[in-house]
Amino acid sequence: MEYINKSILNEKILEDLKKNKIDHMTYLPDMEVLKSDIMDKVLKAVKNYNYYRYTKSDVLYALEKENLSPEDFAALLSPAAAPLLEEIAQKARIITKKHFGNSIYIFTPIYIANYCENYCIYCGFNCHNKINRAKLNEQEIEKEMKAISETGLQEILILTGESRTKSDITYIGEACKIARKYFKLIGLEIYPVNSEEYAYLHKCGADYVTVFQETYNADKYQTLHLSGHKRIFPYRFYAQERALKGGMRGVGFAALLGLDDFRKDAFATGYHAYTLQKKYPHAEIAFSCPRLRPIINNDKINAMNVHEKELLQVVCAYRLFMPFANITISTRECARVRDNMVNIAATKISAGVNTGIGEHADDIASKGDGQFEISDERSVYEVYHTLLKNHLQPVMSDYIYV
Amino acid sequence: MNSDKLILGGYEFTSRFILGSGKFSLELVSACIEKARAEIITLALRRANEGGLANILDYIPKNITLLPNTSGARNAEEAVRIAKLSREIGYGNFIKLEVIRDSKYLLPDNYETIKATEILAKEGFIVMPYMYPDLNVARSLVDAGAACIMPLAAPIGSNKGLSTKDFIQILVDEIDLPIIVDAGIGKPSQACEAMEMGVAAVMANTAIATAGNVAVMAEAFKKAIEAGRSAYLSGIGRIINKGASASSPLTGFLQ
Repeated sequence: MEYINKSILNEKILEDLKKNKIDHMTYLPDMEVLKSDIMDKVLKAVKNYNYYRYTKSDVLYALEKENLSPEDFAALLSPAAAPLLEEIAQKARIITKKHFGNSIYIFTPIYIANYCENYCIYCGFNCHNKINRAKLNEQEIEKEMKAISETGLQEILILTGESRTKSDITYIGEACKIARKYFKLIGLEIYPVNSEEYAYLHKCGADYVTVFQETYNADKYQTLHLSGHKRIFPYRFYAQERALKGGMRGVGFAALLGLDDFRKDAFATGYHAYTLQKKYPHAEIAFSCPRLRPIINNDKINAMNVHEKELLQVVCAYRLFMPFANITISTRECARVRDNMVNIAATKISAGVNTGIGEHADDIASKGDGQFEISDERSVYEVYHTLLKNHLQPVMSDYIYV
Repeated sequence: MNSDKLILGGYEFTSRFILGSGKFSLELVSACIEKARAEIITLALRRANEGGLANILDYIPKNITLLPNTSGARNAEEAVRIAKLSREIGYGNFIKLEVIRDSKYLLPDNYETIKATEILAKEGFIVMPYMYPDLNVARSLVDAGAACIMPLAAPIGSNKGLSTKDFIQILVDEIDLPIIVDAGIGKPSQACEAMEMGVAAVMANTAIATAGNVAVMAEAFKKAIEAGRSAYLSGIGRIINKGASASSPLTGFLQ
């Protein structure tokens, strides 16, 4: 317990933590099991990752290299790299420019439902939280999407809470079909599904799937995800691979930094993506970089504390390790951090974000509470013009559905 | 020099500099075209918005030949679909064929490229295939109906210059179609060197996009390409290798 970020605990959770729970490593019926060794590889690598082993010269060596190995990535995430953050950021910027020029992609998420069957103790959507639940019907989805598209956006990320019963695959598929009318690019951030379900959603128009593993420490994972499908660690781990098997073009990865030792989780996230891209060379790779804020007034050095410096170190390490990957910077971060991150290593930024349900169009009856509070409330127009002002080129779409 | 034209699919061009457009600010596009005196600019079909914000087409002058590319295609079938879509939208018959199923190095898939070239050429496209410089593949592309061959000098965006120089030279020597160097050219001197070798044109994007002053670098490329072309046409003089001759004549024993 001592390693849990205490900001996420309350009395009910402390009680529930003591109860018997199902085994988090055993698949439930109907969960597709892939023949794949990627999880074993990743968990082994992260177990052996001792970031104190790396020295300044390991970091400098990594900075000079063109094609980084996982070892170099490990060095860049180590404490030894922290004093070299400026040099790392400079290099990351050059590499980002090389691969993306000054293009920055703009998108927005749309939350179509917030019903959830999981009990993740750190999440505002979790099934025990008494929040206003809602699910948009097709007409409402259309209204919302139309309102969003009128802001000039051409890329949308469809999100649901993780409830297979309330937001089934057909429902999400219909949302994709509606989205096709208004947007060029459709991404999904939904509960993990089987590869044939991903294939169905691909047919409906989606081409990108992001699944946050939250933490790659399976022992910690089970103390954070007490019930629901999400409790099953390997099923979630293999979501990206199933999505690729289902024909998706790209997959996104993330650890919620700060849930566990962030260096290990960031290493695992990068290594997970790296291993999967080796197996599926055509796969487009993306990273998100959400973090739990360190608890205020807690100055004790803690391996889980992810301040802005640590966040930047992680983002730059992702960039240098996988120069071609998209990196999204969340609205959980404030405008100052986001505007600087896209000038260094991030390539995607959301704008006009509302994490609530039915908040984009004016006349929607179903309204649901948001998953988290955002720190950057700027509209598409504002983000667009800030990018231009900073000599970056906003790109609304660089994608074609084939 | 005015009679020195680049001919692609029956169309004549004076400029031998093809400008990539994907990596820099849209407001700089027209300045670049002007400084580079480019007549052809590539355009990723996936980046072409119909209307809306940040539409690259709003920034390209009307007299410029658009060279739509098939970026995003992972196999021949997808490339063919993108090319057809491009023509339907009204971008004409030119197509820069890119088939890439490697997200790390963005290396072209030669095999799928040959397949797509064959299909598209039959459909009346002017096919400009991006390829890894392999003579056998280039010959197959000729047979498949390509309008030119576009070998990479180095991986896309690497700015490494003519890493594949010897193999590009073989293509220049053996293939009767225009050889256009695409990808990897990092600075004007490298573009110049490629032109001296006899390639028909050079394409650049990242080298210009990552320059301190994008428009001025575009102009520098133009000059380098012209210089290289002139050198090639004038016939490059003999380069004497020093220290290679024996001190007494080797043929002195002959009676």
